Amino acid sequence: MPPKTEVRQGTLALMILKTLETLGPLHGYGIARRIEQTSGDRISLNYGTLYPALVKLEQEGAIRAEWGVSDNNRKAKFYRLTRAGRKQIEKETRDWEQTAAILSRFLNNAGEIA
Amino acid sequence: MKRTRIWLSRLAGLFCRRDDLAAEFEAHLEMQIEANRRSGMDPAQARRAALLKLGNPENAREICRERRTVPWLEHALRDWRYGLRQLRRHPLFTLTAVATLALGFCASISIFAFVDAALVRPLPYPHPEQLLGVFETTSNAPETSSLSYYDYLDWKRLNTSFSSLDVYQRNMLVLTTAQGTEATHEARVSAGFFRTLGVHPLLGRDFRPGEDALHAAPTVLLSYASWQKRYGGDPGVIGKTIIDGGTLKTIIGVLPQNFSFAPAGPAEFWVALQPITDCESRRSCHDLYGIGRLKPGVTIHAALSNLRAIAAQLEKQDPGDNRDQGANAMLLSDYIVGPIRRILLVLMSGAALLLLIAAVNVASLLLVRSETRKREMAIRCALGAGRIRLITQHAAETLSLVLAGCALGLFAARALIALLTKLIGSETLAYLPFLDDLGLNTHVLLFAGTLAALAFLFFTSIPAIRRPFAPRADLAESSRSSSNTVWRRAGSRLVILELATATVLLAGAGLLARSLFLLMQVDIGLAPDHLVAVRLAAPKAHYKNDSQILALERELLARIDALPGVTSAALTSDLPVEGWGDTTWFRIIGRPWHGEHNDTPERDVSAGYFRTIGAELLRGRNFTEDEDMSKPLVAVVNQAFARHYFPGEDPLGKQIIGLGNNAKPVQIVGLVADIKEGPLDTANRPVLYFPFNQNLSPYFDLVVRTTRGERAFLHTLLSTIHQFDPGIATAEEITMRDKITQSESAWIHRSSAWLVAGFAFFALLLGIVGLYGVIAYSVAQRRREIGIRMALGAEQSRVYRLVLGEAASLALAGLLAGVLCSILSSYWLRSILFGVRPWDAATLLAVSATLALAALGASFFPARRAASVDPVEALHHE
Repeated sequence: MPPKTEVRQGTLALMILKTLETLGPLHGYGIARRIEQTSGDRISLNYGTLYPALVKLEQEGAIRAEWGVSDNNRKAKFYRLTRAGRKQIEKETRDWEQTAAILSRFLNNAGEIA
Repeated sequence: MKRTRIWLSRLAGLFCRRDDLAAEFEAHLEMQIEANRRSGMDPAQARRAALLKLGNPENAREICRERRTVPWLEHALRDWRYGLRQLRRHPLFTLTAVATLALGFCASISIFAFVDAALVRPLPYPHPEQLLGVFETTSNAPETSSLSYYDYLDWKRLNTSFSSLDVYQRNMLVLTTAQGTEATHEARVSAGFFRTLGVHPLLGRDFRPGEDALHAAPTVLLSYASWQKRYGGDPGVIGKTIIDGGTLKTIIGVLPQNFSFAPAGPAEFWVALQPITDCESRRSCHDLYGIGRLKPGVTIHAALSNLRAIAAQLEKQDPGDNRDQGANAMLLSDYIVGPIRRILLVLMSGAALLLLIAAVNVASLLLVRSETRKREMAIRCALGAGRIRLITQHAAETLSLVLAGCALGLFAARALIALLTKLIGSETLAYLPFLDDLGLNTHVLLFAGTLAALAFLFFTSIPAIRRPFAPRADLAESSRSSSNTVWRRAGSRLVILELATATVLLAGAGLLARSLFLLMQVDIGLAPDHLVAVRLAAPKAHYKNDSQILALERELLARIDALPGVTSAALTSDLPVEGWGDTTWFRIIGRPWHGEHNDTPERDVSAGYFRTIGAELLRGRNFTEDEDMSKPLVAVVNQAFARHYFPGEDPLGKQIIGLGNNAKPVQIVGLVADIKEGPLDTANRPVLYFPFNQNLSPYFDLVVRTTRGERAFLHTLLSTIHQFDPGIATAEEITMRDKITQSESAWIHRSSAWLVAGFAFFALLLGIVGLYGVIAYSVAQRRREIGIRMALGAEQSRVYRLVLGEAASLALAGLLAGVLCSILSSYWLRSILFGVRPWDAATLLAVSATLALAALGASFFPARRAASVDPVEALHHE
């Protein structure tokens, strides 16, 4: 099993949004499962990590929640991306790509600069 | 943007809490278990692994909840709810506290509404601080005498202090309409009057400069009320005409709805002042009042000395007309609200005292409660409630009390304001236009809010001040501990404060009531019962010369005399109690004279006048019916006149003469007992009475003595006059009794006496309830001690003495402090007292007796309870 890692500050929100963008409306378990799978099981989400992030996104208006019935006929709360959420994805994706690009330059050229 | 959104949703979360996280977690857990089972675990294992992975749901829910709401606010709300529950559980305490606070708030708020309307809010004109009332002064009216037309013109021309100076005059107008004639109020104003005030017509135009000249086309502005009443608000009214005293005047504009000018009375028509009266053709005749707008940067003081210099110059130029004619100027607002200010300040102090008592009363209630809840608090503290938490809980409870009291007080204040305006009466209110928009406006609400905030701060600080918070000691101590004496001492002090305040208010009420009583007892020199009066204006067009007016007088009086129930009827130029104005100048023949005016009120009365009003002719004779211009001129003088001008001499037979060029000698033929021609609270002055028949005027007052009911008779009287000549306009019909009670000095004294008496009543009630509370509490606390005393053989009477002694010492301390304070604070009252000194012994004795009796009553019941303590039971109880 690959080593577990802490979810980095600020990244979880984007992961959740991206998940909802890809898969459409999803309940908490589904979101967690998808993020864990995508991370190659390096991330494990418990209540205390996932739900406060969902509450915050909901307050920000990026996602909206309503009760529905899951595939196997279970009552569950489904989260859906809003228009504001889509915009947020765009913005944060850009930010992250930029950060990552800058960081990777540093990491690759580190020797030369020194 | 995002932040506000989050805060909004958090605030919303305070009120609609949808905590469905548990269900959501449950669903999540079940799905995880299922997934685990699918991956091959047995049920127990799958569950265990899922629980392990998802962590502590309670923790997560707590985090979510904190994020969903505002935690500290949520706590505060919870405390508030807790407080409300506590209050609901003790309805008697809650009701008492809220009602007491509401009482205090109500009194203060409603009086403040009046203060705000009359004193705080400036006059409804731009830059009211620049507006001055401008007056001449004489020895008879050293403050606010009127200007003569020529003096006005000179002042206007010569002054350097005012950007504009204008005059006005309150007048009766005889309006000829399709329905006949009617008398109504008008104001005659100089052309720049409205520009000086800064008022612009709502419709049409203002007077143009020069439109107040003698031969200009007569013009008039309508008041808004008159426009609505007479023309239904028709905008086409401009250009129409009215017939004012036989003269056609063109309507050029309508004044705004909120326009008012108190000194001109409830005028319907504002006509351009054309110097048409006989008075305005002479410099010696004064009938106008001035207003001026100061130039920027000029002080009242500078303006006043400017005017005085001009007056002195005019006096030098024309000593015959202007001798001793000085000048005065004051802020227009001071002139308008001056008389009402002194009473409002007294009332405001009274209301503040009542609020103080109410607050103290509630404070002691809260003290008792915090004492009885000491153990509860200590226990909660021991269970982990923080000190801050306990304090916020107390604050939340207090806040609820204060808010409820304030809200109730506001409601009550609205009712009280309505009641008070009704008490003042619409007649008087018409002359107090600044009270028109009296009510709970923003100022008043702000005031109420401030009071509530102060009360809240006061109450929350009480338990904290009283003693340091000591939960352990409180837990350890039993209810019979000595620490209760701490409370008893604090409570006693508060009660002394309450009783002292109540004493001050009672003393004030007593003094004011005595003033009112004395004022109503003032010897006004006439018998007001069964006497009615009405003002008449005969159209000048029909009554042009003296013989026509003479005929009118005789025929009208004969017609009225013939009415059933009429004892007698007479005419006068001015009714009693109206004022010391309307003066004349004279000198005494045979005495050295240096040009002084001897400015003296003059009344022109018909032959039967003194008999009709019930005045007492002391010496000499009345005027006779046939004493007209063809007979030698005669006069009757009052006692004050005789004392002032003929000390130690007999005035009868003496001769005086007017200061005019063609004046003829007048012989004094009678001496009448002083009649109060001016306000009730003023001293009598010398007055000259001349025969109406020798000073004829188409405007006069009719007085009739009747044996019938006055009000019903007034109706008959009016229809008789109108039948006699529909062209005669009547106004201000009134019974003499009403005339006296509605006079300004009377209603000012009456309303202040009643209001302060009301405050004093409630103050006494609250003070006594407070005393009762302290004594009853003390008895309850000392049950055991009393039980022991009785077991040891104390008589019941001793127990009575014990309890009553405690009450007596409190009452005495309060009384002494109160009497001292009321003597010290008498300065406040002095200006509205009449005939009583602030340290009036009888009043103070009566107040003391009232308070002592009430205190005895309040402590008797606790004393009886104490005396009926069964020692066995009392000792057993502990």
